[in-house]
Amino acid sequence: MYQTIKIIIDGKECIAKKGQYIVEAAKENNIYIPTLCNIEGVKPKGACRICTVKVNGRLMTACTTPVAEGMSIESESAELTDLRRSIIELLFVEGNHFCPACEKSGECILQALAYRYSVMAPRFPFMFPIRELDASNPKIIKDHNRCVLCKRCIRVIKDDEGKNIFAFKKRGHKVEIIVDPESADKFTDELAEKAMEICPVGAILVKGKGFKKPIGQRKYDLMPIGSDIEKVSKSKKAVL
Amino acid sequence: MNKAIVATTSLAGCFGCHMSILDIDERILELIEVVEFNKSPIDDIKKFTKKCDIGLIEGGCCNSENVHVLKDFRENCKILIALGECAIMGGLPAMRNGIPIKECLEEAYIGGPTVQQNHQKIVPNDPELPILLDKVYPCHEVVKIDYYLPGCPPRADLIWKALIALVKGEEMDLPYEVIKFD
Repeated sequence: MYQTIKIIIDGKECIAKKGQYIVEAAKENNIYIPTLCNIEGVKPKGACRICTVKVNGRLMTACTTPVAEGMSIESESAELTDLRRSIIELLFVEGNHFCPACEKSGECILQALAYRYSVMAPRFPFMFPIRELDASNPKIIKDHNRCVLCKRCIRVIKDDEGKNIFAFKKRGHKVEIIVDPESADKFTDELAEKAMEICPVGAILVKGKGFKKPIGQRKYDLMPIGSDIEKVSKSKKAVL
Repeated sequence: MNKAIVATTSLAGCFGCHMSILDIDERILELIEVVEFNKSPIDDIKKFTKKCDIGLIEGGCCNSENVHVLKDFRENCKILIALGECAIMGGLPAMRNGIPIKECLEEAYIGGPTVQQNHQKIVPNDPELPILLDKVYPCHEVVKIDYYLPGCPPRADLIWKALIALVKGEEMDLPYEVIKFD
């Protein structure tokens, strides 16, 4: 049996299981806290900071912070919405995210978050960094232009011995994801498919494969991200 | 009611956003009841003949002429709207932003696989031609932009609803489905 505790999220009293992370507890109470790097069932990393909430007045990442008795959590305030929007905008200007030309458009979490938070244009100047397209791997294309360094591929994709197939290369702002050439033979078709699937953006693409669903019918084309958690069919209105 | 005066232009764009304006279909008859077009490719007026209320900008700035036209629009329009991904973030033309301009021109006019007739290896250099910028700039990095309508192209319903709301001074009621980046 889990020990249940009471927490408050945005003024609403919620029941949570002890030891549960805040995002999970919120989800079970039909409250959506946005996440980008987080992936269910995998140890959280807190890399993207989009899930930042205020716990008893202090900023914390909801994906890495376990719930505790008496926590008062603030998530949908004007301040936090602006903070989240600024993170989305920073991610957009930091890479080269050309949505109209991207295979993942409509199923991209970064884009879906921009839709949800009505990001019409970033407040920061575009950096247009010079990044390469790495097609050296026989199974996948790695487009560094679109990578948001969420580490999902590193954390999820392991070979049969449990070793990482993806890894970080270089340091600081030059850091990029590579596929370990040594383990190329252990990188199966299934793993490649999975890598493409768990990549929140269009940075990992399986070679020789088109996307089946046309634009207009994709996951986030009709419903905002998080609406399945909120379980209310609300058509979010944009604020221009 | 006085008609609102609208001007439109396509800078470094593909005219897709203008096609999307026409995609409002028969509502264009309703539109001309409430707006009057000034400088625009739609009525082929080349120069501003009066001050405008709304300027719709398609495309980003890739050369000196784009910057000139955009500044002219800012001067002559009360409200400027960046229409579509290219105006907002440079779009496909901005894919050249990581490549030095010299390499771009050489690829296009001298060494590219589709270049066949340029035996003298001339890169167009007539003084009449606008100078290319070092990179493609989104409109809001050149002048102040008041509203953004994203999409490639922006959905006709988005353009329609935004324009009508602006003209009639109503709140914009934009459903989730109409705001898309693709």
